[in-house]
Amino acid sequence: MSGDGSLEHLKREGRIVVVGASLAGLRAAETMREKGFTGSLTMIGDEPYEPYDRPPLSKQVLLGKATADRTALPRRRDIDAKWRLGVPASGLDMAARRVRLADGDEVEYDRLLIATGVRARPWPNEAEGALDGVFVLRTRDDGARLERALAAGPRRVLVIGAGFTGSEIASACRERDLPVTVAERGAAPLVGALGGVIGEVAAQMHQEHGVDLRTGVMVTGLEGDPSGRVRAAHLSDGATVEADVVVVSLGAQRNTEWLAGSGLGAGPRGIACDAGCRAFNIWGIVTDDIYVAGDVARSPHALFGYQFLSLEHWGNAVAQAETAAHNMLSEGMDRRPHVWIPAFWSSQFGVNIKSVGVPPMGTEIQVTQGSLAERRFAAVYGYQGRMIAAVTFDNCRWLPFYEHQIETTAPFPPPFSTVDRRPEGHKPMPADFPDPSVPTHGPTITLSGYSPADRTMTFTPARH
Amino acid sequence: MTQAILREIIDYANRANPYPLYEELRKTPVSHDGDGPYVVSTYYEIQSLLHDPRISSDAKNLKATGDDPLGQGQGEEEGATLPPSFLKLDPPDHDRLRRMTNRPFGPPHAPHRVHDMREELGGLVSGLIDGIATTGNLDRVDLVDQFAYPFPVSVICRLLGVPHEDEPRFHVWAETLAASLDPDPDADPAQQGKGAMDARMELGMYLAGLIEERRKNPGDDMLSQLATADGPDGSMTTMEVLSTSALLLIAGHETTVNLITNGMLTLLRHPDVLQRLREDPALSVPIVEELLRYEPPVQLLPQRSTLTEIEVAGVTIPKGASLWLILASGNRDPKRFENPDRFDPDRKDIQHLGLGSGIHSCFGAPLARLEAQLALSELARRLENPRLLEDPPPYRQNAVLRGPRHLTISCDGVRP
Ligand SMILES: Cc1cc2nc3c(=O)[nH]c(=O)nc-3n(C[C@H](O)[C@H](O)[C@H](O)COP(=O)(O)OP(=O)(O)OC[C@H]3O[C@@H](n4cnc5c(N)ncnc54)[C@H](O)[C@@H]3O)c2cc1C
Repeated sequence: MSGDGSLEHLKREGRIVVVGASLAGLRAAETMREKGFTGSLTMIGDEPYEPYDRPPLSKQVLLGKATADRTALPRRRDIDAKWRLGVPASGLDMAARRVRLADGDEVEYDRLLIATGVRARPWPNEAEGALDGVFVLRTRDDGARLERALAAGPRRVLVIGAGFTGSEIASACRERDLPVTVAERGAAPLVGALGGVIGEVAAQMHQEHGVDLRTGVMVTGLEGDPSGRVRAAHLSDGATVEADVVVVSLGAQRNTEWLAGSGLGAGPRGIACDAGCRAFNIWGIVTDDIYVAGDVARSPHALFGYQFLSLEHWGNAVAQAETAAHNMLSEGMDRRPHVWIPAFWSSQFGVNIKSVGVPPMGTEIQVTQGSLAERRFAAVYGYQGRMIAAVTFDNCRWLPFYEHQIETTAPFPPPFSTVDRRPEGHKPMPADFPDPSVPTHGPTITLSGYSPADRTMTFTPARH
Repeated sequence: MTQAILREIIDYANRANPYPLYEELRKTPVSHDGDGPYVVSTYYEIQSLLHDPRISSDAKNLKATGDDPLGQGQGEEEGATLPPSFLKLDPPDHDRLRRMTNRPFGPPHAPHRVHDMREELGGLVSGLIDGIATTGNLDRVDLVDQFAYPFPVSVICRLLGVPHEDEPRFHVWAETLAASLDPDPDADPAQQGKGAMDARMELGMYLAGLIEERRKNPGDDMLSQLATADGPDGSMTTMEVLSTSALLLIAGHETTVNLITNGMLTLLRHPDVLQRLREDPALSVPIVEELLRYEPPVQLLPQRSTLTEIEVAGVTIPKGASLWLILASGNRDPKRFENPDRFDPDRKDIQHLGLGSGIHSCFGAPLARLEAQLALSELARRLENPRLLEDPPPYRQNAVLRGPRHLTISCDGVRP
């Protein structure tokens, strides 16, 4: 292929199609233009809006400090694209290199980037989920609706699921002085992402801020009043919580259904790709013209035993999009791997939380700086004698150091002393992650072996 | 034994242009010989050490002070009677004091403090430039004595809430203390040391009095807020308020003087950029950033030490060793910046080390930036045809806080 000018041709007048017009899609498009792609670029998105940013939706927007329609992503450059907004892609013909749209249109491509992300996992009981006052939070419209509901001053908000998003929602409610109950199936908030030791700290944060935190319980049903408004929730421990706003925060589902039958290696756990962002077909053979990036992607990471990582991280979407874009316009040895170190931030109850690496891989944890009780600390996770992740609460300036340690497979427990090491930080302890087969809320990181056709997997949120 | 290269850095003969020396130094990212400090000169190594929790800023962790050739110039910011300021503390004490100091100064609790000083700073700048115009002798203007020096001291006074009528006394103390940081090889060191000690005593007593008064009648100045603070971190002791305000006083203006003076010197050496700034004051923002890279007012951080044995760029540094991080050298590392010796305000990727990084990154950065931006753009706009009378100008002795002692220019007039 190389040397015959086909790459030059692609760059000059090829057709590139991006499905999923959000963070990853936009950053990829910008990168392609920056790298001199002058051909036609089509951006397909099912939402009617131009790309916007999601993290503020559960933070500033819920606090009423920003409106949902003001979170448009800043543009790095003009991308001169044909926008097909408000229409989902509904199918893919790999042989003919064509994307089908729900409105019947078809778009041909020479290179395709799939960045369809994830959507909020809905309440499993459809009728209950349809009650007035039941919300999820993923999109700008969700954010605007939920903010309106909070501004109306509900008597009590119930948040189901205490992952990052659920915890941020609870935090926003408290900041607005709204009574809030959080129900979490696991033993503590954030336990799926950061383990039980840190989960305990998160639980204290909830309680000290007046959240009515119920852990180790499931919501078994939602109950509406005759007018179809939600009024109460029933818990597995027999309790009833009266609430007029219920936010279902049970994690996410990958947007891959539109690829069913296409032959691409896409399933409920995402779209498997190689480290260069090239999608696999269902046989595990890499395609050369279809790329994936962002929340929907599942890619092997050399630093983490070539495990396939699915990340729901803002920074990953950006970095993976840039790598995908680069590789879409390169060939052979010029292609780069996506070797971004997973990194995540959150902000809740006035605390800035950041992590690097893959905490759920950790079996042990050690507080290397600060103190859990003060909720200002840095802790590292250990896996088979090496440092695999780190987390900081209000201490993020040290994080680059830990990131470097993780990158260089530094030993665990760390053999060195640090400033601000407290007595509690002298020894590692079990990190206390729940058994991965028991769902808590949706994880922000999942690891898996490689199995592109694993479509029979089921997930049962908040059920036995 | 003092390392040859350190001797050269300190050697006054190299003050005007230490950059060739730094270039030499970078050939060995971590250099060391004898029992002197480990000197780190390359960008990425410095950057990572600034975020390395195995590195301490607390002098107590130094095994032996070694032969610190800058010893006499260091640590003078606080008197023997004051507890160390947060600049020289590690977490958790550092974090607590810095947090408490930040409450009345910056976001999230005081997001408008610096911004709201804009007009006041503008007024100070105009007043000083008016002063240059009225002294009449435009053939010989010393931008240090007549502008870059008095400006930041006044700013600190306003910030702390030093009453206007006391500002002159404050200026004298500040100047004496600053001079002690800048040892004059011809002066009698004992005499100079005593002068500084007296000044510090007087300043300390003055501040202590002011603190007492502010506790009774708090205003919205920083001293009042530090003295009466009662937040989640509790309150500061009087000694802590004293050492913190002394830190703000010295660190807050010594560096700004140099930033402004180095800035004017650089602009006078690059008349095209000066002209662009004259036409577009908004250019002062990227100019100041590039200056912080190109001529940082703090050239090196000489007071870090290792808590444990660490490896940096293939060199094993033992526990308790003294580290010098040469920020100014890292800022000109060609592995990090393209064409590093070029002064280029249009540079896009400019994450310099000029204000440090990590938990000790410059506390007063937002204020220092604003002061320098206003100062440089106004000087550029109002001075007509400014010319440097001496290049290089005479430098101050200090190798750490490096900058000209005088910057003598002439100009054709001062625009209104
Ligand atoms: C409330 C909230 C808070 C968050 N906070 C943080 C945080 O603090 N820190 C952090 O690191 N990350 C955070 N995240 C995660 C972060 O926003 C995501 O990682 C990021 O948005 C992923 O970008 P993406 O482009 O891959 O996917 P998405 O942003 O999900 O975009 C995918 C787009 O594709 C569209 N789409 C789906 N199917 C189709 C189809 N068939 N045809 C056309 N279009 C389709 C979707 O509607 C969507 O617009 C948060 C997410 C949410 C929802």
